[in-house]
Amino acid sequence: MTERMTGAQALVRALEHVGVDTVFGIPGGAILPAYDPLYDSTKVRHVLVRHEQGAGHAAEGYAQATGKVGVCMATSGPGATNLVTPIADAYMDSVPIVAITGQVASAAIGTDAFQEADISGITMPITKHNFLVTDPLDIPRTIAEAFHIASTGRPGPVLVDISKDALQAMTTFEWPSTVQLPGYRPVTRPHSKQIREAAKLIVEASRPVLYVGGGVHKASASAELLALAEMTGIPVVTTLMARGTFPDSHPQHLGMPGMHGSVAAVGALQRSDLLITLGARFDDRVTGQLSSFAPHAKVIHADIDPAEISKNRHADVPIVGDCREVLTDLANAVRHEHNEGRRGDYDEWWTLLDGYRKTYPLGYEEFIDGSLAPQYVMERLSALVGPDAYYVAGVGQHQMWAAQFIGYENPGSFINSGGLGTMGFAVPAAMGAKMGRPDATVWAIDGDGCFQMTNQELATCALEGVPIKVAVINNGNLGMVRQWQTLFYDERYSNTDLQTARRIPDFVKLAEAYGCVGLRCERPEDVDATIAKAMEINDVPVVVDFVVHQDAMVWPMVAAGTSNDDIKFARDMAPNWDSEE
Amino acid sequence: MSKHTLSVLVENRPGVLARVASLFSRRGFNIDSLAVGQTEHPDISRMTIVVNVEDLPLEQVTKQLNKLVNVLKIVELDPSQSVQRELMLIKVRADAETRSHVLELVQLFRARCVDVAAEAVTIEVTGTTDKLEAFIRVLEPFGIKELVQSGMVAVGRGARSITDRSLRALERTA
Repeated sequence: MTERMTGAQALVRALEHVGVDTVFGIPGGAILPAYDPLYDSTKVRHVLVRHEQGAGHAAEGYAQATGKVGVCMATSGPGATNLVTPIADAYMDSVPIVAITGQVASAAIGTDAFQEADISGITMPITKHNFLVTDPLDIPRTIAEAFHIASTGRPGPVLVDISKDALQAMTTFEWPSTVQLPGYRPVTRPHSKQIREAAKLIVEASRPVLYVGGGVHKASASAELLALAEMTGIPVVTTLMARGTFPDSHPQHLGMPGMHGSVAAVGALQRSDLLITLGARFDDRVTGQLSSFAPHAKVIHADIDPAEISKNRHADVPIVGDCREVLTDLANAVRHEHNEGRRGDYDEWWTLLDGYRKTYPLGYEEFIDGSLAPQYVMERLSALVGPDAYYVAGVGQHQMWAAQFIGYENPGSFINSGGLGTMGFAVPAAMGAKMGRPDATVWAIDGDGCFQMTNQELATCALEGVPIKVAVINNGNLGMVRQWQTLFYDERYSNTDLQTARRIPDFVKLAEAYGCVGLRCERPEDVDATIAKAMEINDVPVVVDFVVHQDAMVWPMVAAGTSNDDIKFARDMAPNWDSEE
Repeated sequence: MSKHTLSVLVENRPGVLARVASLFSRRGFNIDSLAVGQTEHPDISRMTIVVNVEDLPLEQVTKQLNKLVNVLKIVELDPSQSVQRELMLIKVRADAETRSHVLELVQLFRARCVDVAAEAVTIEVTGTTDKLEAFIRVLEPFGIKELVQSGMVAVGRGARSITDRSLRALERTA
């Protein structure tokens, strides 16, 4: 099929071909030719955001809620550089997005032309791959390749930079029947010998742990994980990127590991003799001091990205493959071992872990002055909104409380910025998630610091009919930084007080100014009624200003760079690992 | 630390050198030498990269390189199983009195004199890093005015070719 059209028309046609229904973006000079045919498209809805960073995070939220590739669009120069943060964010968290940017005309490239920035050079280290297109004939093929690369193997961001003259010139539209990428061949089938080796270690181990990362949900392998876990009886920990991948209510779930993980999850990893690592990457926020992490454990490491295996921790059994195929094969291999009469006995292990769970459950301090504990807000949200909603967090204390105190039952129901730790992620990502899943309830859980970075997208939500709900956990401070100042900087609160207690800005009025409903809640006894009221409003976005006590801290905590063994479950309170009740 | 020679086959496209070089720097690896040029197939370029790293980081950098979409194949060449050469041009002080000494050394090292002036000669020499270093040492007393060196290029010994299969992969998609 060949047809004459402009490069811009070819771009829009290509986006329609790959099934794009939503694009988040802002027009500008160099990308302007693309916006003209986009105006006519009946298949692609363009959502006009208020800042390109919002477009990028919205594409991420959309991608994570739907499993499809999220798309954002911006003009050259500042438009493109404003996408750098969400692109880096998507790279760290392996989120499939395609960013399309306009570039100055090919003759002007390299001349420091108006709004010129070398965005393909800038994003080289933070994209899975990127393209600079100057020939309109290359546009359809490049879009096909970009979507293929973004969505297959280990997902990630791909940038397509297109010069203005390529968008304007006439070309022939030809859709490629196959993608031609000789240097790109992700391995998805695990090696059977490695699988057998892993199964052998599993039935021989006496203290195994399933260490589950974001890759399991990305491979849509929750059901397979549940099957393996239940067949073996092995305890499960889910990382920040895997919350919801294994049901929180399941008796084998020990919670989240890492810097703010549960004592049971952290203790299980430290005392384990076998880590069955699935789609996780031994991030420093999970391992703490690497040299003392899980010192007695052998490691099975399954990941679709070979470069993750033995990057931080040596893998005794490396398995390269898609987590769903790995889990399916592993279950078969373990079943074979069971049929041969070889089966792990984990009773003693569970006695120890149940002791940790019972002695050191997640908890928090309530304030005698009657002010609101942020953790209580999370507990009530969890109880009243339930596990079928999407929860989209920003970065900081509120993010950790959202990870700890909301019960996740469904894979992908917790969306947040894990690797990059991007403040301001929540509101635009929630918008993207809600557009991808319009029938679901979407709560952004944000801090007052984060909220002030990207709340302009409330205007987009109000105008485009995207009724998200935003819980601003307002402690008047950059709370996580303040917590570190409390613990490690002698309570010297350098530049962390945002003074939102003075109502600058007033979040209720701000919400109203953006055409949203603004609510405020300052006392524990009002929390339920406020959440109920927010849940009743479904035609416009709702912002709830939960004014919480500034001294609330995130516990447990492993101080940065220290051993997981030195976890504190409250200030100066270390668990007694040896007492086995 | 030990030296490793990597032969990297890449698609012959703009920006590939930048992708490879920036990957080394951002992952914290130093490149000792890098040479790049077209192969017998015009769509494939070959980079010869010498890095000074331990075995474990080498495995990591190889895996990271393999993730680059434009990288087709990576082979580590064992010095004993490959021919490794560098090219050097040296401009050395040589007047009527010293020229014959210099030319004698040129002969001994199987180098070539490629330009002669009244006060200097320019010498072309190829060989392993060790040979070139030895040559520089013997010329130093005469006074080296200018020196330029290529990156190392290397090819495995024997009849086998590392480009064969990559070529077939390219042809399949073409």
